Amino acid sequence: MPDQHLKSAAPVNPTGIGAAIRRKEDMRFLLGRGNYVADMKFHNMTFGVLLRSPHAHARIKSIDTSEALKLPGVVAVFTGDDLLADKVGTLPCAWPVTGKGGAATKEPAHPALAQGKVRHVGDPVAFVVAETLEQARDGAEAVLVDYEELPAVVGVLDALKPGAPAVFDDIPDNVCVDWEIGDKAATDAAFAKAAHVARIGLVNNRLVGNPMEPRAAIGDYDLARDHHTLWTTSQFPHIAKLLMGNFVLGIPQHKLRVVSPDVGGGFGVKQFHYAEEVLVTWASRKVRRPVKWVCERSEGFISDAHARDHVTEAEMALDENGKFLGLRVSTTANMGGYLSTFGPNIPTNLYGPLLAGVYTTPAVYCEVKCVFTNTLPVDAYRGAGRPEATFCLERLVDVAAIEMKIPKDEIRRRNIIRKEAYPYQTPVMMNYDSGDPLGCLEKALLSADWKGFPARKAEAAKRGKLRGIGLCTYVEACGLAPSRIAIRLGVRGGLFESATVRVHPTGQVTVLMGTHSHGQGHETTCAQIVSSKLGIPAENVEIVFGDTDKVQFGLGTYGSRSAAVGGSALAKAANKVIVKSKKIAAHMLEAAESDIEFEGGVFTVAGTDRKKTFGDVALMAHFPVDYPLEILEPGLEEQSFYDPVNFTFPCGAHIAEVEIDPETGFVQLLGYVAVDDVGTVINPMIVEGQIHGGVVQGVGQALFEDCVYDHSSGQLLSGSFMDYCMPRADSVPSMKVETHITPCTHNELGVKGCGEVGTIGSPATVINAVVDALQDLGVTHVDMPASPNRVWRIIANAGGAQPAK
Amino acid sequence: MQINFTLNGKALSVDVPPQELLSELLRERLGLTGTHVGCDTSQCGACVVHVDGASVKSCSTLAASLNGATVTSIEGLAPAGGLHPMQQAFHEQHGLQCGFCTPGMVMSAVDFAKDNPKPSPEAVRSWLEGNICRCTGYQNIVASVIAGAAAMHANAKGA
Repeated sequence: MPDQHLKSAAPVNPTGIGAAIRRKEDMRFLLGRGNYVADMKFHNMTFGVLLRSPHAHARIKSIDTSEALKLPGVVAVFTGDDLLADKVGTLPCAWPVTGKGGAATKEPAHPALAQGKVRHVGDPVAFVVAETLEQARDGAEAVLVDYEELPAVVGVLDALKPGAPAVFDDIPDNVCVDWEIGDKAATDAAFAKAAHVARIGLVNNRLVGNPMEPRAAIGDYDLARDHHTLWTTSQFPHIAKLLMGNFVLGIPQHKLRVVSPDVGGGFGVKQFHYAEEVLVTWASRKVRRPVKWVCERSEGFISDAHARDHVTEAEMALDENGKFLGLRVSTTANMGGYLSTFGPNIPTNLYGPLLAGVYTTPAVYCEVKCVFTNTLPVDAYRGAGRPEATFCLERLVDVAAIEMKIPKDEIRRRNIIRKEAYPYQTPVMMNYDSGDPLGCLEKALLSADWKGFPARKAEAAKRGKLRGIGLCTYVEACGLAPSRIAIRLGVRGGLFESATVRVHPTGQVTVLMGTHSHGQGHETTCAQIVSSKLGIPAENVEIVFGDTDKVQFGLGTYGSRSAAVGGSALAKAANKVIVKSKKIAAHMLEAAESDIEFEGGVFTVAGTDRKKTFGDVALMAHFPVDYPLEILEPGLEEQSFYDPVNFTFPCGAHIAEVEIDPETGFVQLLGYVAVDDVGTVINPMIVEGQIHGGVVQGVGQALFEDCVYDHSSGQLLSGSFMDYCMPRADSVPSMKVETHITPCTHNELGVKGCGEVGTIGSPATVINAVVDALQDLGVTHVDMPASPNRVWRIIANAGGAQPAK
Repeated sequence: MQINFTLNGKALSVDVPPQELLSELLRERLGLTGTHVGCDTSQCGACVVHVDGASVKSCSTLAASLNGATVTSIEGLAPAGGLHPMQQAFHEQHGLQCGFCTPGMVMSAVDFAKDNPKPSPEAVRSWLEGNICRCTGYQNIVASVIAGAAAMHANAKGA
């Protein structure tokens, strides 16, 4: 039952903050009445299909579109030359970073259709527009491209080798940026005095985000108004509008509307500005008809930005008591064949500063080399940088614990930041405002019966199974982001959020949010915030988002920001409504404004029984018969733009228990406990659901998912759900989710964010459990995914299994 | 070719090209976009509908094979103005997030629950192996199917 675990104190307001009310948005999805981009049809609509590169790296010698244009139904065929002729710009990177010595990120051009060269399998080469989808497909097959194949490079370490193929002719070493954070000298000094140094080399495997709804886009140009509309599966329609309108197509902002209606999951994958958005918008103006493109799943595997893909060497310096003295991390991160919207930011700003974790390590130094390869662009995916940081740190902590013979819970206890030490300044930029990671840890240990594990291990051994238990703590920096800090870190824009509270004459409320909901349940949680603030039931609140013509500028949804930043903007806007409403109520009640109290939707003159309801005030604001028009405007609508002063820092402790069959190498995840500090919980049912989903995505990385390229040809080997192993209902157990709350100290609601915590903690937790199960065989690390194949080989090499005859 | 079949309780006669898939017929020609297409390898189950009461993946069913069949899509599951007990259970148990896999999940679950009034979580998980959800981690879907199965059979007894 969803609300068995996460129960906060019974809220006074049955639909306010803290109530596990059922979701307002469910009905349309349950009835099959959602409105996704692929569901939409427009009069006179055409269909677009992309011809994509079959090669990882090739020079385009020529493209012959003449045969395609002769086919029935083909309306137009566009190539990179057409974009150049129309002076269409290239896809911008919105968050470059500054490298060592002030070096700039190299930002090579990323055209929406390849120009001169293709740089990964799936690179768009031609866009065919036709009367029907089938005709567009036939057209794409008839486009003749003469390629001169070039050697390709796939792995980040290969890309750095002397003589490696250069993805871009003018970047011969394939290095996009070489970045660092932390005090190198202080860290070196810490290692010089260490009693013990623990080391690990690891790979953070490449992933494909795979939201269940494939991407889609429709461009619709209105000649009469000289106006464009783009319907797209985007997590941030306003940013898509700004990036595409301003930097790519040169459409003035008042002549462009971007709409993201129901979007079937995002997980970061849908927060980038993609080539297809440009192509349907631009082509619609060329052919003077709506153009629709819907991605197929196998096309998504070669066109959605990929994720993770790090190779890392890390070492921890410890004193003789297992106290962390210093941490040194060197990571090489794959950027792919072009920079995606946030590419360089993910393995740098969202990774290095998180390596301090929840520990008191006084010195941390991290360097990250971002490298171009002939693979899909790599960008954010749920957690984005923070799961990678957690995996690196928490694997290293376990290695240190094993080597120093300190219990794995105890080594963490000895180093964890105590509750009283907050606010806590880490050596790598972040200032944690609040948290109690030790509280999370102790609660998780208890909940998972950590002490009882040896008995369970012994029992499993009798059955011939290797049982392991894994522990991980984590911290996340989310609530993206304080604009001032983020701009200093390279982002080309603000990261505030916006909300409008529109009170109708009848007292119901419509809210316009700059964030975007694609599964997170904002239509419910935002209504709960309003319900708490204004004392009206959540069913009287409608949440609108995802349409740049309806909603004021906002930055969309990613980085667990919607409640912490968007929710805070909403609370501020509601506060403004209350301030104005008090003035109106004071006039109606013939009292001083300072004597008006507002509680539970009722304005009262303090110390009397004279009162007006929120509905009375709303009505008076719109029918101002007896109203101080000289000093107060009529109407009741307020807007707020909120820029946070800091990131928010959810933290927690997770524990997983696994059993490995040494005969097959199969890892069975038996149980999972998550104790998370996500700040104030607005809806416990929704928070628990977010953590469930997050954990399973991380479990997917740890045990199942792997995006694999053939290293010689650059062909994607895991390009469908037949080959890329998604977690299924029967591959995961039931989880135990608990919270241990310390409110955020710098936003009104005290919220921190819950969307990514599960994914951040779970890969390290599960692999720590897998390694624990194999520890007696002398195994100290297992790369992800811990597939039967990989685990069986490790066991065999450790002498624990006999190769099959 | 001309086929006659029953869709969501109504008799229909449509001319279908031999290569047309049931998912295409429903979505593109009949405007029933509640049936979703989440993959192209029959793996994800977002497109599940009922043909003669059994759950099938409409992305791998030829429309031409449906002559004489009774088809129910997600749009035809609920009674007018209400929810089917399984849909109600998904709502109560928070068994959906983005909603994209939901129609297929619900249709698959209804077929399973017909013969399984009190399924174990393991049985539910095993049945749902052909339906991928990326949002929920499946936990609340399993709870939904168990609750929905109980409600379906309680309703049946009460009727």
